Amino acid sequence: MDIDLITQILFATIKTGTPLLLIALGEVICEKSGVLNLGQEGMMLMGAVVGFMSAFATGNLGLAVFAAMAMGALMSLIFGFLVLHLGANQVATGLALTIFGTGLSAFIGSGVIGETLQGFQPIIIPVLSDIPVIGKILFTHDLLVYISFVVAAALAFIANKTRLGLTLRAVGENPHAANAIGIKVLSIRYFAIMFGGAMAGLAGAYMSLSYTPMWVENMTSGRGWIALALVVFASWRIGNIMLGAYLFGLASIMHLVLQGMGWSISPNLLAMLPYVATVVVMVIISADQFKEKLLAPRSLGKPFDPRQMA
Amino acid sequence: MKLKSLLVGVGLLAGLGTAHAEDPFKVGFVYVGPVGDLGWSYEHDRGRQEMEKYFDGKVETTYVESVPEGADAERVITQLAKSGNDLIFTTSFGYMNPTLKVAKRFPKTTFEHATGYKRSKNMGTYVLRTYEGRYVSGIAAGLLTKTNTIGYIGSFPIPEVIRDIDATYMAAKSVNPDVKIKIVWVNSWYDPGKETDAANALMDQGVDVMLQHTDSPAPLIAAEKRGIRAIGQASDQSKFAPEAHVFSVRDDWAPYYIKTAKAVMDGTYKPTDFWGGFQDDMLSLASINDNLPKDIRAKIDATYEKINSGEFHPFTGPITDNKGNLVVPAGHTLTDAELAQVNWYVEGITDEVPR
Repeated sequence: MDIDLITQILFATIKTGTPLLLIALGEVICEKSGVLNLGQEGMMLMGAVVGFMSAFATGNLGLAVFAAMAMGALMSLIFGFLVLHLGANQVATGLALTIFGTGLSAFIGSGVIGETLQGFQPIIIPVLSDIPVIGKILFTHDLLVYISFVVAAALAFIANKTRLGLTLRAVGENPHAANAIGIKVLSIRYFAIMFGGAMAGLAGAYMSLSYTPMWVENMTSGRGWIALALVVFASWRIGNIMLGAYLFGLASIMHLVLQGMGWSISPNLLAMLPYVATVVVMVIISADQFKEKLLAPRSLGKPFDPRQMA
Repeated sequence: MKLKSLLVGVGLLAGLGTAHAEDPFKVGFVYVGPVGDLGWSYEHDRGRQEMEKYFDGKVETTYVESVPEGADAERVITQLAKSGNDLIFTTSFGYMNPTLKVAKRFPKTTFEHATGYKRSKNMGTYVLRTYEGRYVSGIAAGLLTKTNTIGYIGSFPIPEVIRDIDATYMAAKSVNPDVKIKIVWVNSWYDPGKETDAANALMDQGVDVMLQHTDSPAPLIAAEKRGIRAIGQASDQSKFAPEAHVFSVRDDWAPYYIKTAKAVMDGTYKPTDFWGGFQDDMLSLASINDNLPKDIRAKIDATYEKINSGEFHPFTGPITDNKGNLVVPAGHTLTDAELAQVNWYVEGITDEVPR
């Protein structure tokens, strides 16, 4: 392998890792507030289809991205209402949201199947893109990829260095204590859920407006699920999420690269790579029960009712 | 898809209730992709529409799209048979066993399965000589490549696909002895995301002419972005890659659909294994790009003529496979039955056929 090929592979890794990064960033904020939303896949698909249809109708990509994020947030609001106000089971509600989003997106998108549009074009950042190797890998992408960098950095800062981050953590660790000191637990959770939804919508928009500028039923093909595993893999740390997203991205294109290089391994076997990676990571993490408990937000998945005492 | 097939089912049931003697001749179609894939399924649907137009009200058609190859397919085919279709076309390789099973249960219905090799009393098969189009594509690819590396995105390693890879490579090598082919399998007929990834992986490794045996225009879009050449599959895909597009090998199923429906109506139908190509107007080169160098364009036209006139058949011996076995002896041309079983790569392809 020469340096050019490695550069190309790493460039493609960033591209394939970006949708995973976007959803995982949304999900980790949601989980930090103590809410587990398994509806990622459904929200992402809705974002993808709404984004594509808006771009197709108006030709305005910025508007399309906004519509996709709004759609994701709207979907998550349904989830939020069910689990926060009605105290519905988070796992069941999240699954329902995924199934709902998958079906609905296929239904409303049937009219634009086979249409294509000019999606986001790469923006080559002057100076930075001239850095040997790294420049090509990091600074010749399109706008949504840069947004993912910025969001990751901003979230890492907010989660670790600000009062807001601390509040979020308090809500996720011990909502009753947080409530007692005057934090509005439900509002914070609503906010976190909607942020997760908007990010899933953005990830969907990335799929249908940048990655493959077209709409196909179920085009996210399980990325929402991989992102959920990714959050656990990263032990709820933003920096790790970034690393993990690119690792998973690499695993999912490696089988195509290896085939091109003439490795005669069964393609089915190679296509399994990202999923095998997910399982392995889950096994490694759950091997240490104590550590797992220490890392996960303590009240993750548990409903909170301010009228009840802890 | 689920909702749509449900609606079709309900519609069919409703139709059944009011059936009477002068019912039009009913024909059902099962597609593997969405009719809007602008590739394989799109062309089958174009054939269906042309057939409907041709019979002008005497034939009524139904289709079910995006039907997965497997248990779902059997259910959909059964449903179509139950609801009184006289003739059913199942249009993907993976429908072979489900079609055969259903054909046994509905002996009065005629079944036609595209690209398969199993037939019965009331089930015939039909296929395109896509290798003819691939051979011309190979000539173009061999002449156009500057890196001497052409890329091929495969769906599944079945004879139809392997045969086309062979035809492509034999042609490319005949005009460019140094040419290499890189093959990537994506295990899907239609997955634009994966097809894009595969196209990028190939281009990263120096491929500068892209061919595909998958149905979405995604590889052409990727090729256009990177400024290399690509050849369209199944349908005219020129609009997706105005600069990159060389030509598309376009399928045209209408002649066969019309012929078969006529035969079934007249009672003259016999299940056969039908192969249609350039000569039958079932395969054509669509939208040959004006930006091609004149000499290459001439070579493309000449190769097309040679095959169209019957003067040349790409699978004429001697042909050696890439393990050194003589698979087609000198003077022999593969029969259609033999073509349906090609499971070897020709000499010069460094990969192995995945098992």
